Amino acid sequence: MPQENIVLKNCGVIDPRQIATFLERDGFQALEKVRREMTPEAVTDEIKASGLRGRGGAGFPCGLKWEGTRKAPGGEKYVICNADEGEVGTFKDRYILERDPFTLIEGMAIAGYTLGAKTGFIYLRAEYHHLFDLLENAIRQIEEFGFLANFTIEIREGAGAYICGEESALMDAMEGKRGEARYRPPFPTTAGLWGKPTIINNVETLMNIPRIIRNGAGWFNQMGTERSKGTKVFSVSGDVPKPGVYELVLGSSLRELVEGLALAKNTKMIQIGGATGRIVPYEQIDTPLTFESVLGAGAVIVFDQSRDVIDIVHRTMEFLAEESCGKCTPCRQGTEVMVETLARFHRGEGLKKDLKDLADLSEVMTLTSLCGLGQAASNAVTDSLQHFKDAYESRVAGN
Amino acid sequence: MSQQAISNRHGEQDLIGRLKEAQAKFGHVSEEVMAELARSLDIPINDVYGVASFYSFLSTQPLGRNIIRICQSLPCYLKYGQTIMESVAQEIGIIPGETTADGKFSFQLTNCIGLCDRAPAMMINYDSHVDLTPKKIAQILGTYK
Ligand SMILES: Cc1cc2nc3c(=O)[nH]c(=O)nc-3n(C[C@H](O)[C@H](O)[C@H](O)COP(=O)(O)O)c2cc1C
Ligand code: FES
Repeated sequence: MPQENIVLKNCGVIDPRQIATFLERDGFQALEKVRREMTPEAVTDEIKASGLRGRGGAGFPCGLKWEGTRKAPGGEKYVICNADEGEVGTFKDRYILERDPFTLIEGMAIAGYTLGAKTGFIYLRAEYHHLFDLLENAIRQIEEFGFLANFTIEIREGAGAYICGEESALMDAMEGKRGEARYRPPFPTTAGLWGKPTIINNVETLMNIPRIIRNGAGWFNQMGTERSKGTKVFSVSGDVPKPGVYELVLGSSLRELVEGLALAKNTKMIQIGGATGRIVPYEQIDTPLTFESVLGAGAVIVFDQSRDVIDIVHRTMEFLAEESCGKCTPCRQGTEVMVETLARFHRGEGLKKDLKDLADLSEVMTLTSLCGLGQAASNAVTDSLQHFKDAYESRVAGN
Repeated sequence: MSQQAISNRHGEQDLIGRLKEAQAKFGHVSEEVMAELARSLDIPINDVYGVASFYSFLSTQPLGRNIIRICQSLPCYLKYGQTIMESVAQEIGIIPGETTADGKFSFQLTNCIGLCDRAPAMMINYDSHVDLTPKKIAQILGTYK
């Protein structure tokens, strides 16, 4: 299946500082179409029919989220664009923001129209501070042209914390608190930012909205597989000659991306979805890239034959232990225990019983953690135990 | 977190924004600043400290004029990020977590900064530096006062 620039259509083509160049490329036609021809209900129906799922990692059906938020009782509602992009190996949102802030804002304005919301926020990670002016300039130009009508968009900058990409922690951060995951329910659809119904979507999800509105759900849902429609923007890094951002129709194979486009050779394994993602051994390189198999937010880190699996998994766990917000015990303590255990394997001092303990602990963390961080923290351990058990067994002390 | 902080309304009490302002002005968030913020927002100082100590871009300890953050995450590690850390350590004579005696640099390690396609990468203040090699370090650091 082919490479296809739908989300990235304007990237490298328009001048992100000049709204005129965006208008030449059918900019704001989707927004005008919804305002002129579509009721909020028709908009959510169209998004539902498109099959669009969230691009920030969890793959939740976007239309259902919008419909739930639209129908939730309450006069005041919010739209949030999640531009926190902290997952290890992910940089596609930065790439998009740098090149086409206008389409994103158009997508947010359509969400705002659907909810009757007055305010939208872009939550920008502190590490992307250099994009603040570019985004603000885009918002100002759009306002001057009158396209935002009575919807205002504000940028809120983070202060450095991976967990704040998790939607409930993000809202706590925006409310001026420690960014810790919330207990759910209630979900943001009914009680999000400041307790109000809130649509929160990833940058890339919102980029798809104007395309769907303009070309129709039927156009969109012809691309992809039964449960994964449209394209996905991937961030490829690691042991590849051509790292970078690639957009592919969903269902394309991992081989096409990693070997065909990024020109990897001698690959040992691939980590898909970053620190909370899955580890795919080279034998499974023909895996299709879909929500049904592996995807996450589309971080693809490639490791060649020279790499040590235990080292990789240990470093992954160190990241998660450091970034755990500490609110729930299985995640806070589980990641620490795993770091300690993996460090022993790294030194060749594993114990036979550790293998079972790691598997048991993985299960407990997955079942009982409060948010996606803890629930997915053991993925790399589980997958490497499955596919690279030798690597562990050869590091058991006395072996 | 106290009830007052929970009831923060849009635009009224942006605690993190105020902390970042203080950080930008004084280089760190001192105890006095936290006490002052707690008073003016009418929330317990514990809450202010809890927030100030949670985020990696806020510091309750004095820092240098320039903050070096070298990425330690996997894609940068695969591109020999370690050699960049060593080269910076050698150039300014301190290890991660420390500040130079002249107050010019603080040296920190950070997690993925979203520049993995151009690894290894680091930030100095808000500037990104990519495709690093140990040879480039002295020249880059030389541009900071
Ligand atoms: C630990 C953790 C970190 C996350 N980081 C991000 C992030 O940086 N950007 C993002 O869009 N979603 C992130 N998410 C997913 C969000 O919680 C949420 O699902 C997403 O913003 C919803 O938007 P979408 O449906 O458009 O993907 C993260 C989730 C977890 C558990
Ligand atoms: S791993 Fe260093 S920038 Fe992403």
